[in-house]
Amino acid sequence: MAHDHDHDHDHSDDHSELDEMDLRVRALETVLTQKGYIDPAALDVLIDTYQTKIGPRNGARVVARAWIDPVFRDWLLKDATAAIASLGYSGRQGEHMVAVANTDSQHHMVVCTLCSCYPWPVLGLPPTWYKSAPYRSRAVKDPRGVLAEFDVQLPASTAIRVWDSTAEVRYLVIPQRPDGTEGWSEEALAELVTRDSMIGTGLARRPEAAP
Amino acid sequence: MTYVSHADLGGRDLPGAIVPEPEGDTFHAPWEARALALTLAMGGTGSWNLDASRSARETLPDYARLSYYQIWLAALEAMLTERQQLLPDELAAGRMLHAPQPVKRVLQAADVPAALARGTATERPATVPARFARGERVRTRSGAVEHHTRLPGYVQGKVGTIEHLHGMHVFADAHAQGLGEQPQWLYTVVFDGVALWGESTEPGISVSVDAWESYLEPAA
Repeated sequence: MAHDHDHDHDHSDDHSELDEMDLRVRALETVLTQKGYIDPAALDVLIDTYQTKIGPRNGARVVARAWIDPVFRDWLLKDATAAIASLGYSGRQGEHMVAVANTDSQHHMVVCTLCSCYPWPVLGLPPTWYKSAPYRSRAVKDPRGVLAEFDVQLPASTAIRVWDSTAEVRYLVIPQRPDGTEGWSEEALAELVTRDSMIGTGLARRPEAAP
Repeated sequence: MTYVSHADLGGRDLPGAIVPEPEGDTFHAPWEARALALTLAMGGTGSWNLDASRSARETLPDYARLSYYQIWLAALEAMLTERQQLLPDELAAGRMLHAPQPVKRVLQAADVPAALARGTATERPATVPARFARGERVRTRSGAVEHHTRLPGYVQGKVGTIEHLHGMHVFADAHAQGLGEQPQWLYTVVFDGVALWGESTEPGISVSVDAWESYLEPAA
């Protein structure tokens, strides 16, 4: 089989599998394009959208707005789909949104045990661990143990609710606003909101850890 | 038992570490991005619905040893060949060898942003009253079914509480089988950890699923 690049890497097994997958996908794309089923330029737009336009910074803006604007926060908790759409985020895999807010007494965490359901308009595509068997199998049974794998330790007095996304409702966790951020701008607050904090496997960054 | 889902993983104590990942790592190889885009673009032809896609993925015999996008790609190939939109010899040849089947529409590059922003809502107008009310105790269906379903095994036959009514939604079980939308009331049902996992479970854990009405019976 001819390759158009050198193979002077480590992990040659990984690379041969990569090459095999690459060839298989290229072959499929070629046939589907020749058959007129797809517009190959649409593939480029789709990839660019999820690499550069739709990702967790969207959700971070939603959370930061909820932190500074109590009216927006109430709206988000009552009708997340509309509140999120008001900031410009809507559509595929976020058609029916629900937002849940963490407090000292209640922590929320999201999983899809059956596949990989995830709120794309606010978080983008899910990370590998979210789609993995270890997370999907353990999140519903041992959420504290799973949180420990993310270095999150919650007090025993904090109840944990796990939301298994089994239908077309998609969940966004509103993490707690860190102490010491009084007077911060919405933009600065959004920098504290990590992707994992909006899945519930992390907490918002402390002010001293701001990027 | 003829329908087997390999994707129902909740509560199964599967080994392996959960490996956190930086936010920017959307794809781990260029082919993964193309596999995602091909799947979305073919979904845009209207040849099948999302529930049928999930069914195709969860029934792949080698599901457990494939990576995520390998699952997507294998299911896409399976759906295409099942509909004879693609024949196996074309995959091997890497070029078209047989005439195409007509598709309903083609997702053009210029239409992608609008199509993604629109999405595919599954809520439908309520045509019947909801059987259950908030706070009601319900027991979930138990036993296997011979088709795609969205009631995970770990909550089957368990008693929980109706927490929220989401309106009527396209019923995934029917939709995946090509039997139309057959909308039903959809509920968030919350279960105490002890009810799911037994008395040794630490207190303060609860788990919810979103369950269609036909998954539920009143708890005695």
